[in-house]
Amino acid sequence: MTDTVLRTDHLTKRFGGLTAVKDVSITVGQREVHAIIGPNGAGKSTMVNMLTGHLPPSEGQILFRGRDITGMPPNRISQIGIGRSFQRTNIFPSFTCRENCWLAAQSRLGNSFRFFLPASRYQRVRTLAEKGLELCGLSHRADTPASAISHGEQRQLEIGMVLATEPDFLVLDEPMAGMGQEESHRLVSLLRRLTTDYPLVLVEHDMDAVFSIADTLTVMVNGEVLASGPLDQVRSDPAVQEAYLGDGEEAY
Amino acid sequence: MRSLPRSVQVFLLALTVLLAFYPVFGEMLVGDRYDYWLQKLTSVMILAIMAVSLDLLVGVTGMVSIAHAAFFGLAGYTMVMVAPEWDAGSIWILLPAAVLAAALAALVMGVLIIRTHGIFFIMATIAFSQMIYYIFHDSDFAGGSDGTYLFGAPTVELFGRELLNLSDRVTLFYVTLVSLLLVYLLLRTMLRAPFGRVLFGIKENEERVRAMGYNPLYYKLVAFVIGGTLAGFAGVLSATQYQFIDPSQVNWHLSAEVLIMVILGGLGTLWGPILGAFAFEGLHYWFSSMTRYWELPMGVVVILMVLVLPKGIAGGVMWVADKLERRPSQKVQREETAAGRPMEVKHD
Repeated sequence: MTDTVLRTDHLTKRFGGLTAVKDVSITVGQREVHAIIGPNGAGKSTMVNMLTGHLPPSEGQILFRGRDITGMPPNRISQIGIGRSFQRTNIFPSFTCRENCWLAAQSRLGNSFRFFLPASRYQRVRTLAEKGLELCGLSHRADTPASAISHGEQRQLEIGMVLATEPDFLVLDEPMAGMGQEESHRLVSLLRRLTTDYPLVLVEHDMDAVFSIADTLTVMVNGEVLASGPLDQVRSDPAVQEAYLGDGEEAY
Repeated sequence: MRSLPRSVQVFLLALTVLLAFYPVFGEMLVGDRYDYWLQKLTSVMILAIMAVSLDLLVGVTGMVSIAHAAFFGLAGYTMVMVAPEWDAGSIWILLPAAVLAAALAALVMGVLIIRTHGIFFIMATIAFSQMIYYIFHDSDFAGGSDGTYLFGAPTVELFGRELLNLSDRVTLFYVTLVSLLLVYLLLRTMLRAPFGRVLFGIKENEERVRAMGYNPLYYKLVAFVIGGTLAGFAGVLSATQYQFIDPSQVNWHLSAEVLIMVILGGLGTLWGPILGAFAFEGLHYWFSSMTRYWELPMGVVVILMVLVLPKGIAGGVMWVADKLERRPSQKVQREETAAGRPMEVKHD
């Protein structure tokens, strides 16, 4: 158990009479890629929002490296090392790509109540920002406004910004959303590179992507865990086959 | 905040120099009206300090505040109340007291309302600033609705020697001009520092700023207090100039006028709202010389400006600068295509 980085215990979220997530317990270990899949309305996004502090759970607990982070606000969760990307592109459109990563990196100064020295003089921020740009493959777009790059590149930037915050755990909410075939391929190879350095939770619709990089798979249906465990085991689980993956022909 | 194009820098510097030399050439230009315009320009610069500090909230951070006059007037009232009744007070006491009062009011108001967004924030700023307005309007301690006088301009003395005579109009003109420049430079420095980047980020996408590990509330609160404090500083200059204050200087009408200056000038640019203050007051002067109902043509102008120049005067200036600086390179391109055409014909 010392290997566990993130653990949820009986996590539940109710919105009025609707239970969006019910009693979900998962663990993510060091260097593990834990994918969460499920049809629309399965509670994946609610799950992610609870992990990153965007929604407080109704019940249950979230432990990160043994520390209880249940109900912490998103800014503190980011500061303790959980970096999150968003399903709907969530960038600063009028900033250049570099400025986007810069603002992300600058959050690692502890606080930004620094009024006099120009931002560009903070060497550590520059290093982090450039690293984020480079890792997401947008160094050549550094000075282009984020509103002027393609949708696929915006998705890359989204991840670059997360990486610029020097996280040690990633929560990626449908990083492939709305991407074309070729763009997806590029992003999958980016994700695969990330898996060697970061443990991560990946929520994704794109099955090819999930199967090619995940170690562990949790299948959610109607807010509940249908199956959870090593990728191959869950994939061949008859209940999963029936409920979600179809008759198997598409999946293989 | 990015650097301005060279031509814009030169343009702004030229305007500043022109303004600075008004006391020298003003008499030749406007003759008898020299004194009137000297005071007018001083009061417009004071409004410009308000406008540029409001831009920090509205244009940079995205907090539309209609409370700016509250801090402006509160500082003026504080000066009157702290100053001796039958003597001029010392600037070393009056200035800190007044500015501190404005800062404190901004802090208290900010703590209460900073969590609200959009229209709720606007309404909250109106509500709180009107509370301050009615405190001065409906009670006797500061002259009620009639307002009250300051005995004289504050003295600026060091070890018994007078450094500046603020009742001298030319001196006050220069003090105000230097203040405006310093406030502008201070804010510009802040916006280029990490603090400014966070504020611009908050305006564009507050939720993402939070997700990246910042608590936007603290940054918004500090910006709100800085803006309010600078508005209070403008209030000190205004009370010094007129040696009189009444509740209209706390009223939200003034806040709204300053907001229009900011929008007219160009949100989030700092220098735009300064030009906006001059444009607004210029038009105000011109329209009110024609009709009592100067608000009517002013309203039409504001609507037209927003339609034609959504980025304000600053946007217009930048557009012209862009044309000017691009012209040489476009010429080169045109020559290239002109040279290229005969070649293509030959190919055919």
